[in-house]
Amino acid sequence: MSGGGMNEAKLIFEKSVEGRRATQKTPSDVGHSVNLNPDYLREAPPELPELSELDVVRHFTELSTRNFGVDTGFYPLGSCTMKYNPKVTERIAALPDFAGLHPLLPQLRLGGMLTQGALEVIWRTDLLLRELTGMAGFTMQPLAGAHGELTGIMIMAAYHRDRGNSKTTVLVPDSAHGTNPASAAIAGYDVVSVPSDENGLMDLDALREQVDDRTAGVMLTSPNTLGLFNPRVKEICDLIHSVDGIAYYDGANMNAIVGRARPGDFGFDIVHLNLHKTFATPHGGGGPGSGPVGVVEGLLPFLPVSLVVKREDGTLALEYDRPKSIGYIAPFYGNFGIVLRAYVYLLMLGRDGFLGVSENAVLNANYLRTKLKDVYRQAYDRLCKHEFVISPSKAMEEKGIRAVDIAKALIDRGFHPPTVYFPTIVRESMMIEPVETESKETLDDFAEAMLEIARLAKEQPEVLTGAPRSTSVRRPDETKAAKELNIASL
Amino acid sequence: MPFIANTDEQRREMLEQTGLSAEDLFADIPPELRAESLDLPIGMNEQQVSGHLEKLAEKNHARLVSFLGGGFYDHFIPAAVPALASRGEFATAYTPYQPELAQGTLQAMYEFQSAVCRLTGMEVSNASLYDGGTAMYEAMMMALRITRRNRVVIDETVNPIYRVMIESYTRNLSIDLEQTCCGEGQVSRERIFELIDENTGAVILQNPNFFGIIDDFHDIAEYAHERGALLIVSVYPISLGLHKPPGEMGADIVCGEGQSLGLPLSFGGPYLGFIAGRKKHVRKMPGRIIGETVDTDQRRSFVMTLQPREQHIRRDKATSNICSNESLCALQAVIYLSLMGKQGLAETAELCADKASYAYSRLTSIPGVEPHFHAKWFFNEFVLDLPEPAAEVIGRLIEKGLAAGFPLSRYYRGMENSILISLTEKRTKEEIGYLAEALEGALEGSQAGGSR
Amino acid sequence: MVPGDLKYSKNHEWVRVEGNTATIGITDFAQEQLGEVTFIELPALKCTVSPGNQIATAESSKAAEDIYTPIAGTITEVNEELEDAPEQVNEDCYGSGWICKMELSGNSGVDKLLSPEEYQDLLEKSR
Repeated sequence: MSGGGMNEAKLIFEKSVEGRRATQKTPSDVGHSVNLNPDYLREAPPELPELSELDVVRHFTELSTRNFGVDTGFYPLGSCTMKYNPKVTERIAALPDFAGLHPLLPQLRLGGMLTQGALEVIWRTDLLLRELTGMAGFTMQPLAGAHGELTGIMIMAAYHRDRGNSKTTVLVPDSAHGTNPASAAIAGYDVVSVPSDENGLMDLDALREQVDDRTAGVMLTSPNTLGLFNPRVKEICDLIHSVDGIAYYDGANMNAIVGRARPGDFGFDIVHLNLHKTFATPHGGGGPGSGPVGVVEGLLPFLPVSLVVKREDGTLALEYDRPKSIGYIAPFYGNFGIVLRAYVYLLMLGRDGFLGVSENAVLNANYLRTKLKDVYRQAYDRLCKHEFVISPSKAMEEKGIRAVDIAKALIDRGFHPPTVYFPTIVRESMMIEPVETESKETLDDFAEAMLEIARLAKEQPEVLTGAPRSTSVRRPDETKAAKELNIASL
Repeated sequence: MPFIANTDEQRREMLEQTGLSAEDLFADIPPELRAESLDLPIGMNEQQVSGHLEKLAEKNHARLVSFLGGGFYDHFIPAAVPALASRGEFATAYTPYQPELAQGTLQAMYEFQSAVCRLTGMEVSNASLYDGGTAMYEAMMMALRITRRNRVVIDETVNPIYRVMIESYTRNLSIDLEQTCCGEGQVSRERIFELIDENTGAVILQNPNFFGIIDDFHDIAEYAHERGALLIVSVYPISLGLHKPPGEMGADIVCGEGQSLGLPLSFGGPYLGFIAGRKKHVRKMPGRIIGETVDTDQRRSFVMTLQPREQHIRRDKATSNICSNESLCALQAVIYLSLMGKQGLAETAELCADKASYAYSRLTSIPGVEPHFHAKWFFNEFVLDLPEPAAEVIGRLIEKGLAAGFPLSRYYRGMENSILISLTEKRTKEEIGYLAEALEGALEGSQAGGSR
Repeated sequence: MVPGDLKYSKNHEWVRVEGNTATIGITDFAQEQLGEVTFIELPALKCTVSPGNQIATAESSKAAEDIYTPIAGTITEVNEELEDAPEQVNEDCYGSGWICKMELSGNSGVDKLLSPEEYQDLLEKSR
């Protein structure tokens, strides 16, 4: 957190010097356009900064020093699966024959033959994801996890329309990610929240009461956001199927079971995966992600246009004639650059690699949970999967210490905090997901920091409430930001 | 095992400390729900996987001389863009939930929002959306939320790929979508005015439009506003280096695809959607928004703001289900715009227009090649009519190493012979000359062969 | 703090009935739960509402609460001052932090509202 930490942040626009430039003009080799209408032109060029290349490089390098990524340190942000992102995937994604490929090329006559390599990446990724999930086919179009959810719900709606069903509700557990109810609502469904039972799992009795002829489907994350696997997941799927509903698997937490258990075998009909979580593509500071959606055989006709298919002669082609399809949900073939990175990762892991992923993800989580459970309040004291939820102990709360204080104190100790205040069904929650790529030493260091913070909470709480001290800013005022709303320098 | 740090010895130790056996870790998954050995390949190491992917890459032919556009363009990308954006501190971070550890991402997104506003002439912008198509859909939903109406008028000169996306998204919703038929390349005032009524919430237009033609929509904005509808304009950001921004035409929401701002074509993504609007509508805007504030020591800071609009708080009542943005792509765009600067962007836009104008005059001098529209005000794209189906001619030119353009028959009825040709600053006079010769040759060849 | 001259709803709204007009706001308990209010989305004028309809939304920097009308009527006035000073909902929730006024309809449901004593009981139980 060095690098100008003490200096007031200056916007790139504020560094602008009139007449300075980073790029040099290319002279026109063809004269000037006679097809521009002066009435349509702007009076002055847009007010972009005027800087040298070095100015720009220093500005963004300095900003990077005020950021923290997986490359910087331990990032146990629950439900986000902040695993290591292999560097080789970046080099491959930048190969000119991938990066320079125009998406309209395969829509030209003979153009498909010019993009066989890219189509093969999509097709082979599809095959690997089918095997890992037990689905019959995938679309790579969804551009993020939430976009995958929306796609899945649209497929659900198309299925019901095709069957002549008049369904109106989608069931979502109260522990679900906010995107689940939001996606269902945006696709036109009413959302019914299903409570969790005392074990933190979906309450089956409550579900039974809520399932009826109006039920279009259920959306479930398994293991859920508490890191708990519901052993009765098949019963839930069966119950939904009994009213001709669709069981939707939100793959946000797939890292816990990948290679060992498949949502298709649980009875799910639709699955979305987050390639930026389970399949190690960089999170990018909040995107780009990628959220492929897989479906069972009976739902294949509803997948978006277009799909990569293998022709009899062994070549790959894009299929557009799909009369029952939900249509286009993205302009082309999804975030290809992200799918490509995930494909590389899939190949590097192979079968045994994935067993190692889920084993170490779950082992790391349980190891850390065991180390912390006597000092922090554990929401559910039982075996977890890839993540677990803890809260400040009663003694800490009595000293006025909240989850946010623990989070900020972790920052001073070189760690990214866990997800805080989610899931909302646990008060003052801290959701910790250590991921498989972290070592025992890192977990030990983190546990030690957590224990030290617990000690300080009792002895010197002001140290925690005054944290963080090592960063360029401390606890920015979010209320002021919302009230005085300054979201652009004009 | 790849990317696993724990040694076997450490795993044993850790299991012992947790009081679990390796089997116990998955004891909560009933045996009948566990997968048998999956049919997956053996893992590859870095060298092996690199070799495999390089072979696959060779099966692509990205190095054609390309005149393909249609909303997605082959612009020059300065080396500093990927060099800076690929820094691990940016690339391997996530959503800036902890502002103290994310001032880099947050400030860059604030700068991105500012740059989008300056380009488009609008007051507020978010920190990006998935792509230009989903941005148009979100803009439409935003307009319908603001006006509390359910009728949308969209012109056929809007990118057809986005129009089919909007058709898919609105299928389950009670939204009445009206598409106007394009007339002479520009938006037909007569037809669009006829369709805008007291139920219309949004009018969606594009500038330059899908045929490359430039327009000024201030009259449509006025007409829409008088009837309580909002005007949405989708724009090609490079063109704004030169052209009047939609904000000056009275647009209420501006959206578009930002791929042209320093992002590779990458076979369709990741790309960059942007959306900008008026300050009075900011609470109806979807997606992440970054705001400036101060910290406990009054230091300038940046945070995510107006979060109650978003799904993680509002759940089923959120303005959108969007969770992430395209942060890293937005970062690339703001770096690109900073490098181009005020003069550089204008010069690049001018150069695109110059090349297109030259190519237009060169290609229309070929016997049998005619401009499709009378409108001659275009930016970097134009439509030509060939004496035979364009798809076939384009197919023949691929063999000459040319992606000559896009056959409009794919999306427009009655345009079987029409080709959309796009130019960027990267195309040289020689390449344009080569296209002209090859096209002339291809047409002659076919006529000699008696195909017509 | 539960003023004795108002009526209340279970959702922590207060109602002041004066003849055929009612003023609606949120209670001290509700504003405290919400934290510092940064924005209030006000109802549309002349809008006719019945009990349980959402009439407004109050936002803080990290939360949003929908505000529902406990009574039926037509909105006649909204507190436009909240647009610039939403903090009045925190500072003076029973006074300058009022949200809207409405003309009561025939079967307004005012009789079903809680008395100050009943509301006080409800608060104590929920603690």
